[in-house]
Amino acid sequence: MKCQKCEKPANFHITELTGGKPQEVHLCEDHAREYLTQAGEAGEPPAGTNMAAAMAQQMAQQIAAQMAIGQTADELEKLDQQACPVCGITFYEFRSQGRLGCPNDYVCFKKQLEPLILNIHGESQHVGKSPKGASVASRERTQLIRLRREMKSAIAEEAYERASQLRDQIRQIEGGRESRMGGDE
Amino acid sequence: MTGNANVKLDDLTRYSGEWLRGVGPQSDIVISSRIRLARNLADYPFISRASPQDRGRIQGQLQTAIPSLADQDDLLCIDVEELAAVDRQFLVERQLISRELAEASGARSVAIGRDEKFSLMINEEDHLRIQVMESGLDLESAWDRINRIDDLIEEKVTFACDETLGYLTACPTNVGTGMRVSVMLHLPALVMTRQIDKVFRSLHKISLAVRGLYGEGSQAMGDFYQISNQITLGRSEKDLIKQVGDVVPVVIKYERQAREFLVQESQENLHDRVSRAYGILRNAQTISSEETMHLLSSVRMGVNLGLIDDLKIPIVNELFIHTQPAHLQKLSGSELDTTDRNIERARYLRRHLAQADRPDSENN
Repeated sequence: MKCQKCEKPANFHITELTGGKPQEVHLCEDHAREYLTQAGEAGEPPAGTNMAAAMAQQMAQQIAAQMAIGQTADELEKLDQQACPVCGITFYEFRSQGRLGCPNDYVCFKKQLEPLILNIHGESQHVGKSPKGASVASRERTQLIRLRREMKSAIAEEAYERASQLRDQIRQIEGGRESRMGGDE
Repeated sequence: MTGNANVKLDDLTRYSGEWLRGVGPQSDIVISSRIRLARNLADYPFISRASPQDRGRIQGQLQTAIPSLADQDDLLCIDVEELAAVDRQFLVERQLISRELAEASGARSVAIGRDEKFSLMINEEDHLRIQVMESGLDLESAWDRINRIDDLIEEKVTFACDETLGYLTACPTNVGTGMRVSVMLHLPALVMTRQIDKVFRSLHKISLAVRGLYGEGSQAMGDFYQISNQITLGRSEKDLIKQVGDVVPVVIKYERQAREFLVQESQENLHDRVSRAYGILRNAQTISSEETMHLLSSVRMGVNLGLIDDLKIPIVNELFIHTQPAHLQKLSGSELDTTDRNIERARYLRRHLAQADRPDSENN
């Protein structure tokens, strides 16, 4: 395959993610370097715009740049459509709005988020303060979010028996948490 | 809670925040030191996925947890959703809430310490944003205070946290400590000598961000700049504070050198510029917010350099805030359009600067 910008062979196959649908770009080494540098410079937040929106945009571009190399459009589209079982957000939704949907996204999008987090912070391991009872109830918390969501959709579908089962499960977990928290004091 | 929120807001109007008093270390150049922590309740989705019921519950849980702070300070709790637009803007100008919280929709609120040294925003980008402000360069006091507040709230609720990633936040840019350390500096001489861009570039190289008075955009009104950390993961709170705390004195030194240079090179020009600014502020009949900020900046530097001797820094600091659109409307007790605001602003400045002039005045 030839480079899209000159006659040299295309050694770099980059998948562009900034639009709604992934697009493939095939370039020689020189043009690939030029292309990727331009993408990096465009990542600066434009002056005078809303900071949050600019950061989200910058982040989307960073994700795009990181995911671009070595993956086909199909693979990327699949990653994009992956949804969090707890809150329902897809990875595509995250990278277009720059906000995650729930704490469990850090688990289910781990593969996609790891390089992004490393790029932003230059580190991947937290150092510093942690809540005292942090390890307790870490599974329960995601469970609660999921159960509440399921209960809501059960009610919407008028599946009241299922909804009441879910409500009991939620109460059970909440009860356990409360007595534990009370016991700590 | 909301019934007398307006009365309480009017109370705030008459005073100014403790952090504006210009009393801390290096307060001729450093306005304030601020730290904020982003926290989320473990049992709920983040704000972008939270239903109205979720938002209500999150707010309820956090509001129940907050009274544990009440023995430290009298807390003013305000339902931001129910506030009029001018009141929300007032809190933004006051640096007590973010623009994001002011402009969002749905259940959201803020709890403010009586001396305005801290505020707790509920249902902002994250469920909870704790913010502490100190006058001058004093990040250690800010950290001690915010760490204590965080501990007290943590006794009552479970925050989303991961062993590897630390505190989990709605945006991965805040994950880890969830902490933003920021110092607000007044740098008019670096702007006048066109060296400010050089300072910015070197700060960017060490991953520090520079923003204007109200955060967003590149326009730094009144030559105020906030220097803050961008990285939140992989460094402890103390390290992040040290990074910002170490770099600020260097910027202060550059600003002082630039001021000395201006005095040595063209004392007359500088004195003229400062005196003209003071003259316009004391005599204008109508004046925009932008021009006011610009002129107050020269006056502030003039006071610090001894070129104006009948004005005190806390008064100038307060004028920066009190001449903002929502403050003017609250202080005058009526809604004003841009034209009327400019007239009212000029009147306010004339009155307060004439008052400051009188030697027997209390300046309050």
